[in-house]
Amino acid sequence: MISTTDQFPPTSKPSESVNGVTVRLAGDSGDGMQLLGSQLTNTSALSGNDVATFPDFPAEIRAPRGTRAGVSGFQVQFSAEEIFTPGDGLDALIAMNPAALVTNIEDLKPGGILIVNSDSFAEKDLKLAKLDTNPLDSDKLESYRLIQVPMSKLTRTAVEETKISTKLADRCKNFFAMGLVFWLYGRDVEPTLRFIEAKFRGKEDVSNANRLALKAGWNYGETTEDFASTYQVPAAQLEPGTYRNIMGNQALALGLVAASKLSDKKLFLGSYPITPASDVLHELSKFKRFGVRTFQAEDEIAAVCSAIGAAFGGSMAVTTSSGPGIALKGEGIGLGLILELPFIVIDIQRGGPSTGLPTKTEQSDLLMVMHGRNGESPLPIISASSPADCFAVAIEAWRIATKFMTPVIILSDGYIANGAEPWKMPAVEELPSIEIGHPVADGTPFEPYRRNDDLARPWAVPGTPGLMHRVGGLEKEDGSGNVSYDPQNHQHMVKTRAQKVQNVANVIDDLEVDGAESGLLVLSWGGTLGACRTAARMCAQQGKSVGHAHLRWLNPFPKNLGEILDRYDQVLIPELNTGQLRLLIKSEFSVNVEGFNKVQGKPFAVSEVTEKINSMLT
Amino acid sequence: MSTELPVLKPADFASDQDVRWCPGCGDYSILAQMKKVLPELSIPLEETVFISGIGCSSRFPYYMNTYGMHSIHGRAPAFATGLKSTRPELSVWVITGDGDALSIGGNHLMHAIRRNIDINIVLFNNSIYGLTKGQYSPTSKVGHVTKSTPLGSIDHPLNPISVALAAEATFVARSIDVNAKHLIKTLTRAAQHKGTSFVEVYQNCNVFNDGAWDYMKDKATKADNVLELENGKPMVFGNGEKGIRLNGFTPEIVALKDVPVDDLLFHDESCPDPQLAFLLSRLKHPHFPEPIGVFRSVERPTYDDEINRQVANATENQGEGQLSDLLSSGDTWTVE
Ligand SMILES: Cc1ncc(C[n+]2csc(CCOP(=O)(O)OP(=O)(O)O)c2C)c(N)n1
Ligand code: SF4
Ligand SMILES: [Mg+2]
Repeated sequence: MISTTDQFPPTSKPSESVNGVTVRLAGDSGDGMQLLGSQLTNTSALSGNDVATFPDFPAEIRAPRGTRAGVSGFQVQFSAEEIFTPGDGLDALIAMNPAALVTNIEDLKPGGILIVNSDSFAEKDLKLAKLDTNPLDSDKLESYRLIQVPMSKLTRTAVEETKISTKLADRCKNFFAMGLVFWLYGRDVEPTLRFIEAKFRGKEDVSNANRLALKAGWNYGETTEDFASTYQVPAAQLEPGTYRNIMGNQALALGLVAASKLSDKKLFLGSYPITPASDVLHELSKFKRFGVRTFQAEDEIAAVCSAIGAAFGGSMAVTTSSGPGIALKGEGIGLGLILELPFIVIDIQRGGPSTGLPTKTEQSDLLMVMHGRNGESPLPIISASSPADCFAVAIEAWRIATKFMTPVIILSDGYIANGAEPWKMPAVEELPSIEIGHPVADGTPFEPYRRNDDLARPWAVPGTPGLMHRVGGLEKEDGSGNVSYDPQNHQHMVKTRAQKVQNVANVIDDLEVDGAESGLLVLSWGGTLGACRTAARMCAQQGKSVGHAHLRWLNPFPKNLGEILDRYDQVLIPELNTGQLRLLIKSEFSVNVEGFNKVQGKPFAVSEVTEKINSMLT
Repeated sequence: MSTELPVLKPADFASDQDVRWCPGCGDYSILAQMKKVLPELSIPLEETVFISGIGCSSRFPYYMNTYGMHSIHGRAPAFATGLKSTRPELSVWVITGDGDALSIGGNHLMHAIRRNIDINIVLFNNSIYGLTKGQYSPTSKVGHVTKSTPLGSIDHPLNPISVALAAEATFVARSIDVNAKHLIKTLTRAAQHKGTSFVEVYQNCNVFNDGAWDYMKDKATKADNVLELENGKPMVFGNGEKGIRLNGFTPEIVALKDVPVDDLLFHDESCPDPQLAFLLSRLKHPHFPEPIGVFRSVERPTYDDEINRQVANATENQGEGQLSDLLSSGDTWTVE
């Protein structure tokens, strides 16, 4: 797959074919590890591998250099087989400094490749990482293939001819590391060369230096005696189609634009920046020529309220945030619910409570979006299960919001938002359009809360002659929409709003089970799909009666959920919280469920889930 | 759109809902004057939207036969911003109270104003929380005894006009609930202004803060206590006997029998700098007469124009976005 330019000649060393590789790149948050990781992901996807990534970075923009707190990592698995996770154990770890080494080494498999920048293991570097002795001298590293590369020195020499400053030269060392990794796994450098050219346009010296560093890393692999061979990961057998590599937040943005086009509605986003949701705002603000209007509000309250204002005006309105912001939006969402206006609220979850772990993933907002509003205030909730799935989820959320005239909540999480995977792009013609009707005056008195069979009310928008009406947060009489304090009417309205949400179950897909029809059921939701599906299949392959079902809609549940739960002797619900779905399941179905709960700001490793399953089966 | 607009009358703007304010409340007069202002604007009923927060004053939209939203406490400017940004052709009014706008909603008020979104904000200032039955508000004076301040308020009050000017409002005015003629004139000017119009209306809550503005209304005192601003005119009050003059940066009251009119401060509402308007906003009873009328009226691009201009420009320069291009942007590969 390597495009053979004279700059990057194909290796003359033997090449070993492997099924899949998991690599983690770890360094200082200023070392450009995320960039290196995304380039490696991109080129791997382009060469036909299935890929899954897990970027993991500190909350601080520039945590003190060289410290453990400042370590930024990017893990990618690329494979010749279909994969669902970024991998458990590492085949290779690239550590740019002592802090990166000691905080990541535990995940490297015995015999795994450990590449370090040996230039950054001086006394002062060890001190920054709070180490008394040099870990490179420790016999603890004996079980790995340690390869010490003086990357800083080699990079400086390589870029000398560009005459850029030492400071700038040192910044190129991630490209040196990239060159080496690309060589080791036979990756195509072409996309990265194009990236360098575009990214540093106008800064020819820097562009040139990065290219030289990349080449030096590549050549180093070819000449050093540390590597006897390279590794090749053949293309995966993916479904035929055209693919691109996509991150969760990107897919969400694209899905929202697609939904607006499919429904012929102008898209309005009201949002306030927050990790890990800001990228949706960034992405959508680029799409002005698609008729997208983005509004960076003064806070999350204004963000949701502006979205409701836009929805009242007949636009496709969206608000995006993470846990702390969703908490602020609660009152506004409640208003949207009683106004019965369609809009989308996106919660990209992160570790909580409070500011919690802003850059780490968690599934701990489920109960908040389910119950975290005053009064009886049910809403449909849909969850994304992978980066690419965000696209379809956005479209489905808008379809339901407009069909039932209700706000819909989308749950994603930091792991999905920043993770990437190949996405088979749908053919635009095959995406079904979303039909939306707005009433016009017909001579009869207009009743803004007169409902259809779905219990949805009409979406009459300002500007329509003869349909002037007032909506508000006070309880209203069904039909007329006039303010009403009538006790029976209130009970009726509470019931009607709840029934409307239940009606969503009539149009969503049934729950499907992967694997055994009896025995043990693994039931999951959201970003844990990959780990749970892989674990369940591994156990099934060992002859165990294990099935896996993954919930997309969390409110309402699919209609056949109860019947599926009844078929199994045991139900396991793994979640990255202390048991929020489990609580909902237990309150709705009389089944015994066991939880497997992790709240460490990290996704499940497949091995953790298989161990749990196995422990339940013995 | 038909070119002949039906001629609307005040009664056309009345909804079928019973008005539920306390008898004698100043809100009635503001409602009545608004119904007289709107027909003169030649905007169809269906293109007018009233958005309010929560409070007695915020019940207003229910009584108007236009589109309306009675939203949540303090956030009306945010709803209006979303609506106006996406539907710039609509005429959008925000109705709010002193608590709604300046306490819980202070943030949104400030930001709507600085963005200069083309909406009209009318703040009913009764210096009390009416709906929650009489607690002091951010405009209540120090010492004000209310249900929540039995020993008198110790909060220094906000001055709504000063707040609006600090946020660089392009249109700022003040009027009085029962001064029908002045209120009509002021609301009309507000409606005609492009950009955020901010109007403070002194409103009587006869139940929980009766007479708060009597010094501005009583026959006996109003001449000395009201300074009616008129663009380009000298600041004269007190039945033409007194005026305001600047002594350095400090305003002072002078008798016109001693001082020629030309020495007085002249009003210039379109002055690009807000200093003069700010100085006027500081004139407070009992030391000075309080100005009513337009403090400031200047032009600045509006948020709704700009957000839509960016969309239009991007569409013109890059072509209307096609979904298929969007999806396949970036590197792609094909699996056979
Ligand atoms: C979130 C929230 N907090 C508190 C209230 C209670 N509340 C309703 S109106 C109001 C004050 C209204 O005062 P003001 O804005 O001056 O309006 P007025 O009634 O005087 O016209 C308060 C505190 C509420 N409705 N919502
Ligand atoms: S409480 Fe005061 S402000 Fe409210 S309606 Fe009664 S008089 Fe008017
Ligand atoms: Mg008040």
